Amino acid sequence: MNDVETTTPGGARTVHAAGVSIKDLRKAYGSNEVLKGINLDVQPGEVVCLIGPSGSGKSTLLRCVNLLEQPNQGTIHVGGFEATDPDVDIDKMRRKVGMVFQQFNLFPHLDVLRNCTVAQTKVLKRSQEESDKIAQANLERVGLGHLAKRFPDQLSGGQQQRVAIARALSMNPELMLFDEPTSALDPETVGDVLAVMRKLAREGMTMLVVTHEMAFAREVADRVVFMDGGVVVEEGVAEQVIGNPQQPRTQEFLRRVLDPTHIEVEED
Amino acid sequence: MAMTARQRAKVSLYVQAGIFVVAIAALLLATDWKTISANVFNFGKIGPMFPGIFTVGLLNTLIYTALGFIVGLSGGLLLALMKLSSFPLYRWIATGYIEFFRGIPALLVFIAFGYGVPLAFGVQWPIFVVVMVSLGMVAAAYIAETLRAGLQAVPKGQLEAARSLGMPQWRAMVTIIIPQAFKIVLPPLTNEIILLTKDSSLIYVLGLTASQYELTKFGRDGISSLGAGLTPLLVAGAFYLVVTIPLSLLARKFESRSARTKR
Ligand SMILES: Nc1ncnc2c1ncn2[C@@H]1O[C@H](COP(=O)(O)OP(=O)(O)O)[C@@H](O)[C@H]1O
Ligand SMILES: [Mg+2]
Repeated sequence: MNDVETTTPGGARTVHAAGVSIKDLRKAYGSNEVLKGINLDVQPGEVVCLIGPSGSGKSTLLRCVNLLEQPNQGTIHVGGFEATDPDVDIDKMRRKVGMVFQQFNLFPHLDVLRNCTVAQTKVLKRSQEESDKIAQANLERVGLGHLAKRFPDQLSGGQQQRVAIARALSMNPELMLFDEPTSALDPETVGDVLAVMRKLAREGMTMLVVTHEMAFAREVADRVVFMDGGVVVEEGVAEQVIGNPQQPRTQEFLRRVLDPTHIEVEED
Repeated sequence: MAMTARQRAKVSLYVQAGIFVVAIAALLLATDWKTISANVFNFGKIGPMFPGIFTVGLLNTLIYTALGFIVGLSGGLLLALMKLSSFPLYRWIATGYIEFFRGIPALLVFIAFGYGVPLAFGVQWPIFVVVMVSLGMVAAAYIAETLRAGLQAVPKGQLEAARSLGMPQWRAMVTIIIPQAFKIVLPPLTNEIILLTKDSSLIYVLGLTASQYELTKFGRDGISSLGAGLTPLLVAGAFYLVVTIPLSLLARKFESRSARTKR
């Protein structure tokens, strides 16, 4: 396999990295206020990890960024798009934003290669040949080039998640959103997925990652944001937020997550 | 001495079998075999039904069913999508249509299209069009409910993944959701074809010409022309089974396959 630095498929992706700017974002489901005025910036090329207890609104925040959820209030800028503009071309904006889900959501009726080409041909109008080439290159990139003809149900969870990453990368996104990408995985496959994400981060991809993998956040994240109860409680460089949290709520959360009886198997 | 549970079960089985045999024997004894063999099992006289029952009856039944199914499937898909639409007007129209056509006998629909349309609009459609539209419209109502369930059975994450890749709603439906939904509904859809095959027998009310006869009408024609009593109907019935039993087996195969792949 070639050196990853020189095989970025589909052109100079990293040069176009898109930042995110979220201002006073509010979202409620009925009377349940889930996001209570979130302010968050991600610079182009930056990796931000979002941590916090279950139910604190991390997924909702992430899903607002590519409009899987409609915000009630506030503004979100993604690259050159204002997501919260009612006239925004949602589909065009989403092409710049790759999303990786906890449950992978691979298309079970398509083989691995088709999973990675279907949106290229149908959305970007690339030729099948070009799409195949880009997809294959991205599958190599996540270490699964040899599984292109398999179907999703023939893969392990970790392999499925890496295909999901390759599928998103094949659209040449300028920003990648990850929603607990390793939470549904068997411990022994978590490492492979994190390794791929680490590589992406090194290549300069802009990433917003919801995760419970504190070791990963500490190593890879430029910044860590701790959310609780629909607000950002604390943010800063990873070393500080995870290593030396200032807020009592952050301290309490980290104490629970880092409890040795809860620690997940780490990759080598 | 008391019996074990196993012995009791065995005795009970013998008793049941005995009752069954006695009932059959009684039925056979009570039957007027002379009349029956002249009027129902009179196979000596049905020679003239062949080969027409293949080349006309069976062929037309298959054609009518296929036409109805094509219209029913397209219409049913449209109705299912309308029913799942976020636009209330579409939902109401689809619901009204489905409830109406499932709630009235198919026979009335055929009569309405066969006789009502020419009266109302002064147009006389070719028979194949009448069959296609009337059978298709009834089928659409049933198929719509089947497809709606299938579409809803596709996990929500599939649509989200497709939309996240920049696919517009319609593209995500066509490329990602509908193909998966079809796999899910293959068994019930096959059952719809079986029902449709039988419903196609009702279009005799349209007043078919000899070359348009489907199996049932072909059989009824034989009743009046062959002097073999009801025997031609028995033959027609056998031909329905030739179509429906393989379909039923196919549906079961689809079912077991989808059960296998489910994790
Ligand atoms: N579609 C929805 N409808 C209603 N409530 C929802 C929906 N999605 C999330 N919620 C609620 O919003 C809150 C935050 O959820 P979520 O963003 O998934 O939290 P996290 O990802 O941090 O665990 C939870 O209380 C959850 O019940
Ligand atoms: Mg979540």
